[in-house]
Amino acid sequence: MKISHSYWQLFYAVYKKDLTLAFRQRAEIVNPLLFFLIVITLFPLAIGPEPALLARMAPGIIWVAALLSTMLGLDKVFRDDFNDGSLEQLIASAYPLPLSVLAKVLAHWTTTGLPMVLMAPVFALLMNLDSQLLSAMLLTLLIGTPLLSFIGAIGAALTVGLQKGGILMSLLVLPLYIPVLIFATSAIDTSSMSLAYGGQLAILGAMLAVAAVMAPLAISSALKVSVS
Amino acid sequence: MQVEGPNGAGKTSLLRIVAGFANADEGNVIFNGQSITDHYDEFATQLLFIGHKTGVNGQLTAYENVCHWLDVHGYERPTNIYEVLAKLGLVGLEDVPVRTLSAGQQRRVALARLWMNNAKLWILDEPFTALDKKGVILLQQQFAQQLSLGGSILLTTHQDLTTHFDDLKTLVLEYRH
Repeated sequence: MKISHSYWQLFYAVYKKDLTLAFRQRAEIVNPLLFFLIVITLFPLAIGPEPALLARMAPGIIWVAALLSTMLGLDKVFRDDFNDGSLEQLIASAYPLPLSVLAKVLAHWTTTGLPMVLMAPVFALLMNLDSQLLSAMLLTLLIGTPLLSFIGAIGAALTVGLQKGGILMSLLVLPLYIPVLIFATSAIDTSSMSLAYGGQLAILGAMLAVAAVMAPLAISSALKVSVS
Repeated sequence: MQVEGPNGAGKTSLLRIVAGFANADEGNVIFNGQSITDHYDEFATQLLFIGHKTGVNGQLTAYENVCHWLDVHGYERPTNIYEVLAKLGLVGLEDVPVRTLSAGQQRRVALARLWMNNAKLWILDEPFTALDKKGVILLQQQFAQQLSLGGSILLTTHQDLTTHFDDLKTLVLEYRH
């Protein structure tokens, strides 16, 4: 048996496995998107279809809907691997666990966050969002949704050992999403006043950079606790 | 080494502690003179662990499962993957999702790893579960192969090993309330 130590090989293997699984159960990709769409369409029904009011509320609504639909897929990130023992195999691999974790989180973002970013312009139309705000919203979603995946995966890793960890995970994770929500919606608000919103984006970017480095370590430790 | 004992004696717990998944209340696990908690990555290169939960994904095919395992453990994919699967009686089943296979066949997919590794230490928790008689014999032949290469095996089983191994040690755990 030849050994080929390559971090890329591990990363690609884990990432590809999760994507393959997601495409074999397409509901996993489609359900969060449909949920996203339904939440957004509920608001005009509930608060009235007045265009000015909707446009004012659109950034907040789209962002809250994005938070909630990210939560939908989170529980699955580690659950199946925990149940069938793949998680133990990843821990018992000669490669560092944080690298596998990074691949899994990015796979989660590719299947839930990225489709939301791509669909956002369509949903923005539903909410009568100004085209000038659209670029701000897309940028905040592009930086913000991976951040949601990273933070959420910490909660998923902590609760994966519990039988019904879903609700506990939401309680753990949603408060941690507040800073992301504040800066993202503030960026869009600022953009609506035709001011520069680079500051908020920079802070979101900084949070993403910190999360990308630190979250895999935290998730690995949480997974080891859950497995033992 | 074979670990024996009644249900609940702690066989699986012992194996999980030795594999480094759980921490012992007292004591250390030493491998090649080094504590595994301090040098886990080195230990992991020499370890092959198959537990009750085998790490085989039901949505993936047998071939994909084997390849994924090889990739994750840093082995180059050998050219004889299909031959190993054939030897394990999985001819024609390489490309169907594993969840559609029987329990014994699913376990064979996991056990295919034993033919494709160079780990010094195998830790196997009830490897014979769900295997038919032929499978048990095949597995024991592979055990003999591993031992002849200078490797070690730590396993739990309720069945007696039918093949004779010269340096078989048995550890009997007792159930205590």
